[in-house]
Amino acid sequence: MGFWEQFADITLSTIKDVIPIAIIIFGFQFCVIRRRITNLRKVLVGFVYVVIGLALFLLGLEKALFPIGRLMAEQLTDPDFIRSWSDSSVAVFHWSDYFWVYIFAFTIGASTTIAEPSLIAVAMKANEVSGGTIGVWGLRIAVAVGVAIGISLGTWRIVTGYPIYWFIIAGYIAVVIQTFFAPKMIVPLAYDSGGVTTSTVTVPLVAALGLGLAETVPGRSALIDGFGLIAFASLFPIITVMAYAQIAALRTKRNKIVD
Amino acid sequence: MKAGVFALSRSMLGSLRDLAPIVLVIAFFQLVVLQQPIPDFFNLLIGFFCVVAGLTFFIYGLEMGLFPIGGSMAYEFARKGSLFWLLVFAFALGVGTTVAEPALIAVAAEAAQVAAAGGMIDAGVQSQMEYASGLRYTVAFSVGFALVLGVLRILKGWSIQYMIVVGYILVVVMTFFAPKEIIGIAYDSGGVTTSTITVPLVTALGVGLASSIKGRNPMIDGFGLIAFASLSPMIFVMAYGVLV
Repeated sequence: MGFWEQFADITLSTIKDVIPIAIIIFGFQFCVIRRRITNLRKVLVGFVYVVIGLALFLLGLEKALFPIGRLMAEQLTDPDFIRSWSDSSVAVFHWSDYFWVYIFAFTIGASTTIAEPSLIAVAMKANEVSGGTIGVWGLRIAVAVGVAIGISLGTWRIVTGYPIYWFIIAGYIAVVIQTFFAPKMIVPLAYDSGGVTTSTVTVPLVAALGLGLAETVPGRSALIDGFGLIAFASLFPIITVMAYAQIAALRTKRNKIVD
Repeated sequence: MKAGVFALSRSMLGSLRDLAPIVLVIAFFQLVVLQQPIPDFFNLLIGFFCVVAGLTFFIYGLEMGLFPIGGSMAYEFARKGSLFWLLVFAFALGVGTTVAEPALIAVAAEAAQVAAAGGMIDAGVQSQMEYASGLRYTVAFSVGFALVLGVLRILKGWSIQYMIVVGYILVVVMTFFAPKEIIGIAYDSGGVTTSTITVPLVTALGVGLASSIKGRNPMIDGFGLIAFASLSPMIFVMAYGVLV
């Protein structure tokens, strides 16, 4: 398929995604609120920009990132590759033989989260609402670290085969305990940051990694064990964002004492 | 004009910086760990340029369109004071943005396969399709429900902690009753529902509502809608697994 055909294709499907949202928004605006939108032209141009931007973004990912990312996920989970880095010559791998998979999971999780458009949006809003107390980069890095930890732990779980709900329940307990100690202001934002991390960039790459692992590790089924990475990636940012706020609060406290 | 070009090139540079880590990670693993050449360098370059341009446009459009409309609608609803229409709007927004979400359609189809392989439903195409679309509507309904609950929370000023803890308890309880095969998918379904266009819109709506109601703090009350929208599908999907 040619470049322009592909671009037209992706633009059309993006428009299809936006249409229900546009119908709801403008329908309510005209039928219920019944007031003219201030700067209607600007808002419409903004919508067009969002559609074009998203379409270009997805096209670029489809052209550049996803093929190579999926290929790498396959190659890194390939038993031949793992054997070439492993000291043990036994037929059955130890979980530690998969170390490149964990490192890949960590780094790709962190770097795709930094580029996630919806996280950028929420970080911008949080920065504006908090009057600059919450830095755009601070939040994005805290979330990225959380996703990285979540995904590498998730790949380790697929390799070892422990039940997923152990980790999720342990994560929930950590979140609940932190909620009591974290600064009140950060709590809702931290809860939100779990949901925003996983959209356009992270999900396809992470899904490929999970399926590749579940297919090659003996005793795992791709259908059952291939899932769960996204759940990990949306739980751990809650913990790291609250930790980020806790550390920041601790530091200001200490500085005050020094002064 | 000159200022516009300057602003555009600045945000392009910003997008470039956002994407640099991915390029570094891929290059490192490809060249050092896997020791393979980079395939199809030309296409890679075009793709990369598209991603940078796309991200720049998206963020521009966000500030021009999505953020202002979300905020102004929240303000108008609060000014009109019609609770009923606000809740209808929240529900419609949740259902409408989720039901057609491509990621959800893909996950629902996979879930039907898992259910068929586990012997929970008939392995035929017909029953798998029914199962998948039933699941899709379940998730869409659950997101609508979550936004209604979340908007009510902002209006009433309920504190989010208790509601989330109750949600967590429900997830844990459901985990023990749900069929083993569906648990992984249910947990993942929370993450796939919130798309790139929904998130900014819903965030602007929540913050806008909290800022236009007296006594609400946009930081404490405004955020949290996304959290509800990603927690409730987990509960509903497991319930669907129990019932169907």
